[in-house]
Amino acid sequence: MGDGSAAALPANAWNWIAVWQRNYLAWKKVALASILGNLADPMIYLFGLGLGLGLVVGRVDGTSYIAFLAGGMVATSAMTSATFETIYAAFARMNAQRTWEGILYTQLTLGDIILGELAWAASKAFLAGTGIMIVATMLGYAAWPSVLYALPVIVLTGFAFASLAMVVTALAPSYDYFIFYQTLVLTPMLFLCGAVFPITQLPHAFQQVAQFLPLAHAIDLIRPAMLGRQADSMGLHVGALCIYAVLPFFVSAALFRRRLMS
Amino acid sequence: MKTIDLSGVSKTYGDKVVVDGLSFSVAPGECFGLLGPNGAGKSTIARMVLGMTSPDAGKITVLGVPVPARARLARRGIGVVPQFDNLDPEFTVRENLLVYGRYFGMSTRQIKAVMPSLLEFARLESKVDARVSELSGGMKRRLTLARALINDPQLLVMDEPTTGLDPHARHLIWERLRSLLARGKTIILTTHFMEEAERLCDRLCVLERGRNIAEGRPHVLIDELIGCEVIEIYGGNPHELESLIKPYADRIEVSGETLFCYAPDPEQVRGRLRERAGLRVLQRPPNLEDVFLRLTGREMEK
Repeated sequence: MGDGSAAALPANAWNWIAVWQRNYLAWKKVALASILGNLADPMIYLFGLGLGLGLVVGRVDGTSYIAFLAGGMVATSAMTSATFETIYAAFARMNAQRTWEGILYTQLTLGDIILGELAWAASKAFLAGTGIMIVATMLGYAAWPSVLYALPVIVLTGFAFASLAMVVTALAPSYDYFIFYQTLVLTPMLFLCGAVFPITQLPHAFQQVAQFLPLAHAIDLIRPAMLGRQADSMGLHVGALCIYAVLPFFVSAALFRRRLMS
Repeated sequence: MKTIDLSGVSKTYGDKVVVDGLSFSVAPGECFGLLGPNGAGKSTIARMVLGMTSPDAGKITVLGVPVPARARLARRGIGVVPQFDNLDPEFTVRENLLVYGRYFGMSTRQIKAVMPSLLEFARLESKVDARVSELSGGMKRRLTLARALINDPQLLVMDEPTTGLDPHARHLIWERLRSLLARGKTIILTTHFMEEAERLCDRLCVLERGRNIAEGRPHVLIDELIGCEVIEIYGGNPHELESLIKPYADRIEVSGETLFCYAPDPEQVRGRLRERAGLRVLQRPPNLEDVFLRLTGREMEK
């Protein structure tokens, strides 16, 4: 291990908190607009599809369609808010605003910064996912108190997608490239992972692909918790999400080191 | 112990040699300048001192520790004023200092304790709650300087600290930097302003294409390499004029439409030119610009 890898890794277990606090302070100034913006989109889907399409679809998986959809929307909103925070906001801080540069001149390392950004993106995912969950619970579409088991999964989902998006951020020359990630990765995932309809409706080959997608694992944990059911193979799903949270972190750290410190 | 020590440092990007076997050292309390045109490798050297870029060859020691191997430790004792502002535009002056102090592991209480003196130093007491986006260019630079001092660094690394500022704001920064030197801080700064280097630097190193082409005290360099008054002549055909005054000059440099004449007896040269109409003749003491022109055959700030 040379000096280089040390610069790309977190220096200790707490340095990242200063980065998180910086983002929190910036967010606090626009909190209301941010919360509304983050919740509006999945809420519209939840009620638009849930109530509208629900009339046609009837019951799915032994529950009302809107209750089925609620779990998918919680996971999806965690996915999108963690992703957008990373590809747009963190990219701005890394690139045009030079915030990262300023932080690198202190005793923080690149790894500390990335970890702080991931934790922040996961926090925003938590906020977005929990917001929808609260609404769904109050309207009786989710089972209390088993819905609480979904909370740590939302955070983990946020970490996994922030970590993946961090790799995209490290590679992207400009904002224009993020649209590819959105349309070619995120949107297909929404339909492949059982967010809006059961995965069993897909051709077998697609079901096989879905097994490897992080959103599918997130939904397989969140939906049962919200419906008050026992999740199958919890260990597998948690493990898969953990791998998606950890591996891309190291990849992005190596990429950022090349990009910012060569 | 030297505050900064570089020996035989080289850096290549692709096939472009940016820093070429550079050695210099900076003593505690000294203001050391890296002077050179754009592309001379100044910013790369500043980045290497901070451990942001690894040299391909050579050794760097900063504040007694090897860099980049232990750069994190070195950076605890360094304050940085970067070439481009990287303040948080949506934060107030106070918030910028608070957030930055945390990156050094300072508690909110510790930061609040040092804040008044930093604001006073930066002359920003009345702007505490103003957003950065409301500050003038000079105020932003002063805030960046105050921010760089939050960890009470021994060494300040400044990359073009006054580029882009108006003369008034620039003089205020220079005055602030002198007060830091009076407090015993060590400063390394990059600049392409001759006046800045002459006024602030105890010693400097003139860079061209990553090589150290001259090093020393500004006035010693000027005396040794120039040592006489300079006459600048514009408004004629420089080559024709050159042959006219050649007999009276030690040396003549032509840069663009300007002719620089280095003569032991300027009166003789002026006498020769008096009969020429339409010329503008300016006689002045020599400066670092002349040193650079002498060493490289070209002007720096063009």
